[in-house]
Amino acid sequence: MFACNGNVETFVLFRLSDKSEKWIEWILLIATCISAVAIIAILSLLVAFCLPLFTLGRIRGVLSSQWQPSGGYFGILPMCAGSLALSLLALSIAFPAAMGICTLLHVLARGVFNRFLLATVRFMTGIPTVVYGFVSVFLLVPPMREWLGAGTGFSLLTAAFTLSLLILPTIVLVLHARLEQIDPILRLASEALGLTPIQQMRHVLFPVASRGMVVAAVLGMGRAIGDTLISLMVAGNAPQFPVSLYHSIRTLTAHVALVVATDSRSMAYQSVFAAGLGLFLVTGLITLFIRKSGKAGREVRREKGF
Amino acid sequence: MKRVSDRIVTGAAWLSGGGLMLAAAVVIGFLILRGYKNLDLALLFGDTPWQAAIMGERPVFGGIWPAFMGTFYLVFLSSAMAIPIGIASGIYLAEYASRRLRSLLGFFVDLLAGTPSIVMGLFGFTAILFLRKTLLPEAQTCLFLAAACIALLVLPYVIRITETSIEAIPEPLRLLGYSVGFTRWRNLRSVLLPLASRGMLSGAILAVGRASEDTAVILLTGVVAHAGIPGSMFDKFEALPFRIYYLAAEYRNLGELDQGFATSLVLLCISGTLFLIAVCLQKSAEMRWKRR
Repeated sequence: MFACNGNVETFVLFRLSDKSEKWIEWILLIATCISAVAIIAILSLLVAFCLPLFTLGRIRGVLSSQWQPSGGYFGILPMCAGSLALSLLALSIAFPAAMGICTLLHVLARGVFNRFLLATVRFMTGIPTVVYGFVSVFLLVPPMREWLGAGTGFSLLTAAFTLSLLILPTIVLVLHARLEQIDPILRLASEALGLTPIQQMRHVLFPVASRGMVVAAVLGMGRAIGDTLISLMVAGNAPQFPVSLYHSIRTLTAHVALVVATDSRSMAYQSVFAAGLGLFLVTGLITLFIRKSGKAGREVRREKGF
Repeated sequence: MKRVSDRIVTGAAWLSGGGLMLAAAVVIGFLILRGYKNLDLALLFGDTPWQAAIMGERPVFGGIWPAFMGTFYLVFLSSAMAIPIGIASGIYLAEYASRRLRSLLGFFVDLLAGTPSIVMGLFGFTAILFLRKTLLPEAQTCLFLAAACIALLVLPYVIRITETSIEAIPEPLRLLGYSVGFTRWRNLRSVLLPLASRGMLSGAILAVGRASEDTAVILLTGVVAHAGIPGSMFDKFEALPFRIYYLAAEYRNLGELDQGFATSLVLLCISGTLFLIAVCLQKSAEMRWKRR
């Protein structure tokens, strides 16, 4: 009997399983299918609860730009824009910082400091999100209010700073893993050419790892869009389009949390299901993209298990 | 000219590294400074004597004991669901699945890993709405529902870590069992699983850590500000992360604010410790095969 063993193609010419062991394989398979069933259940429940929007022609009401339940306006577009603005802003803070930190890790810092920096990054992935939010409410919001005159201090900018701190470790770890895989011969060659460490990083290592950089950025974006607590606690939750950095915004995730907690009108609920479905589809697309980028996806998977 | 740009990049790199360290230090230092004074029995039990509170003879008001126990039950239940299923899936994906099945099922696992926790919470919430319309008109969000949703949230971590730690075993050892005539399951049980156990344990601990810190899921699936210790799996409950969120938004006096800081510190210690243990286990498991 032939069996292909794992991912290394080794063909083993042995009797691999008894008939009596068939049931074990079945149990394991059923356990594995639970993930698939869960995904299908999530998708179908959300779609089922969104259906009334389409059959009753209310979809236009939900995809409009005003949220005012008392006045009968249930548009979630401001929240979509809020989510997008917040996660892009957080990414644009976190990504350059992650590149800087990876430069430190790979060519600049040495020895103890290097290990300490990496350990700090790893440890930061273990800090609960709600703790970031809590600290930010008391440490970042007051200065924002007083120094920048940013209204109440609960603003797009405040949330973006906090959120960038949350996604930074993810981006650094993915990028770092990709850079570590680069063939050491490339580094030797660039050193032999007389490139300074920084030039190596800029002209050799980063270009070689460009795909890993895209994956890291997309993954960070996914985490930023999916995060609820930071925007719920720090962004102020006013349902308006993000017109300035100092204004309060509401994200889709926070919208779901707020409406389920407070409202009970059917139309408000339906907007929540639409928001949930939208979030699910966007993060699904991101997962698909990361898988499609092939090999890069492998280390992502490993790094996601922080 | 090149020198100047080199210097700028170097400066920026050190700045971002320093900024990260500073931010981590500020977050942790701030919590310790504001919170350590209130780390005492009164934080946990309020005015209730602690023996009576632990035995459940008297309810606790003002302390975080109910939230602590709520989180404990939640983590216990969700781990009891996620860890066995996750390990079984990991074994299947690493050892049994054919290449095509593995890629297909692996995709679902990735999808599950990428699903935001608020969507998982919304899933639990819609499941209750669905049950109310169909089988159980009495259904409401509860501890069991929250634990099930959290279990789905942490399941991918357990699966992936189990899978990678089995795959990390070097090829000769993987074939060892077969060479002495073991069947596939016997080989798994006697050779592969013991070798991969350290990595699998780290996955389980990581899952516990993530289950204890997630807030968005329980926000939609039955956490409340005042519930006491849940009497059954179908009660509402309190939880530490929700307590922190609640206190940040609605503290009424300085005492409650101080409690918020102390609670954050407690949660940070719990998940930080779990996280460190998991990372150390994982490191030692990796080193085992690298040193060869």
